[in-house]
Amino acid sequence: MVKQISLFLENKCGRLVRVCQTLGKAKINIRALSIADTSDFGILRLIVDRPEEALSTLKNDGFMATETEVIAVEIPDTPGGLADVLALMEEDGINIEYLYSFVEKPAQDALILMRVDQIEQAKKILQENQIPLIDGDRIYSL
Amino acid sequence: MSIKVKIVGDVVHLLVIKCCFKGGEYTLWNQRYEAMERGQLEQLQFLRLKQTLERVYQLVPHYRKSFQQAGVEPGDVRTLNDLSKLPFTVKNDLRDNYPYELFATHLSEIVRVHSSSGTTGIPTVVGYTRSDLEVWSELMARTLTAAGGNQDSVIHIAYGYGLFTGGLGVHYGAEKIGATVVPISGGQSKRQVRMMKDLGTTLLACTPSYALLLAETMEEMGIKPGELRLSSGVLGAEPWSEGMRKVLEERLPIKAYDIYGLSEVIGPGVSFECSAQDGLHLSEDHFIAEVIDPTTEEVLPDGSTGELAITTISKEALPVIRYRTRDITTLTREQCSCGRTIARMSKISGRTDDMLIIRGVNVFPSQIESILLEIAETEPHYLLVVDRHGSLDTLEVWVEVSEDMFSDKIRGLEELERFIFDEINNVLGISAKIRLVEPKTIERSQGKAQRVIDKRQM
Repeated sequence: MVKQISLFLENKCGRLVRVCQTLGKAKINIRALSIADTSDFGILRLIVDRPEEALSTLKNDGFMATETEVIAVEIPDTPGGLADVLALMEEDGINIEYLYSFVEKPAQDALILMRVDQIEQAKKILQENQIPLIDGDRIYSL
Repeated sequence: MSIKVKIVGDVVHLLVIKCCFKGGEYTLWNQRYEAMERGQLEQLQFLRLKQTLERVYQLVPHYRKSFQQAGVEPGDVRTLNDLSKLPFTVKNDLRDNYPYELFATHLSEIVRVHSSSGTTGIPTVVGYTRSDLEVWSELMARTLTAAGGNQDSVIHIAYGYGLFTGGLGVHYGAEKIGATVVPISGGQSKRQVRMMKDLGTTLLACTPSYALLLAETMEEMGIKPGELRLSSGVLGAEPWSEGMRKVLEERLPIKAYDIYGLSEVIGPGVSFECSAQDGLHLSEDHFIAEVIDPTTEEVLPDGSTGELAITTISKEALPVIRYRTRDITTLTREQCSCGRTIARMSKISGRTDDMLIIRGVNVFPSQIESILLEIAETEPHYLLVVDRHGSLDTLEVWVEVSEDMFSDKIRGLEELERFIFDEINNVLGISAKIRLVEPKTIERSQGKAQRVIDKRQM
């Protein structure tokens, strides 16, 4: 299981910079991020090396931040790699709320982070199909 | 029903009576007047009204003139109902007669003045004789007693001290009941929390928005509610909703009592809640309350919603006749379960002058607050921004996203926006633009909360 930090940000100049500065000052390293936005606001999702510390630092600085759990899987960085994983989830009726990816160095496999509605069921399906799940500690220390 | 009578102090009418009704225990500061038989109360009111009318007619040129213009004399008032023959007094009358022209006593008898902030125009000045201060302390003693205060209480007064009536008004009542008074005034929230914890405060008196700020400060400081002895809050000086009561009662946690008053009438203590929390008891031995239609100025029967008008019947320095408070409420004269017979007014639901007319619809900020508080556990930090594009009024409602509301899915936040939009549309028939904003975006108040920015050029 991987801990992700989610932040509510208004869609205006300088907000993302402030988040990054806050984390930078606390020497927290961002491993991956994604932003979902509307015209008025956005949700910033972060994977960092020290999630607990990041959460309290951000909250102390007045940000609306919460912690959510996401699943991380390793898939071959080849055409169709992601499709295979998604097909498994679809077959089992698991709804993916959102996902984003990042590529490991050196780039052989891709890491996919996803938030699903039925976490335990999703993990079971992935494991049964030998899709490697990556635990938090490994992601934070990449 | 068992009644125990205890004499407090050496004055005959300062007796505290504990009555047990429906298993609950209620304490009255002044049984004789707070629970007077209605016929007797009305006789007393009439007597005091007549005296007041004679005095203002003789001593205050403004009243003599306005009565004459309306074609009435004090002698025309033969029953309490005849009060409706008299003209109203409005805020502007106080401004026009600034500073002392409405006083009915010589300045040598005035021992104190208070003043409104004057942010909306010329300030108004109100004065008190020694007897007026006595009455005011008595009213606040009733208020604090009804909220569970007594000589063992430690009362933390975080209303502003100074020209504002809040601080000193509560102060004298708290001393009168023999409580331990902490006159901390407003500001420096962290120090306030620390003092409440260290001094074992049992009763907090401040504005509801400041009480919320103190609750937040406590949480930021990592102080658990159990570390404080706080059990009641006497909260007023701005209108607040039942939803806000729920939030404050859970978060501090306290029993939150509403208190009402205005400096033009006397200050805080005009009316107050008892632990039945079923309306605010208005001390009718000192005031006559009417509810009027703000547009037609007709007196409305009990139970109708309208603007509260108050006539003072015991004040010496600055008596006011049918003062239009601009506050919206309803009145009942049925006896409360606490035993008090004096009239009760409902929580103020808005102000006639705070009332926004948006696209022809009357909107009170408190209506929006109630809607926002329907969302579970919402921190009620909001701002209404009214503007006009072309000939069309627009309403933007800013809502601070709290942890309870936050979803890390766009869909979740969009549903939240839609819910607020739909509720406002249902209640007011207005399409508002909902804007979710980050925490602490909306300015926090130390005094009265600013809930509206009206950018329209009228």
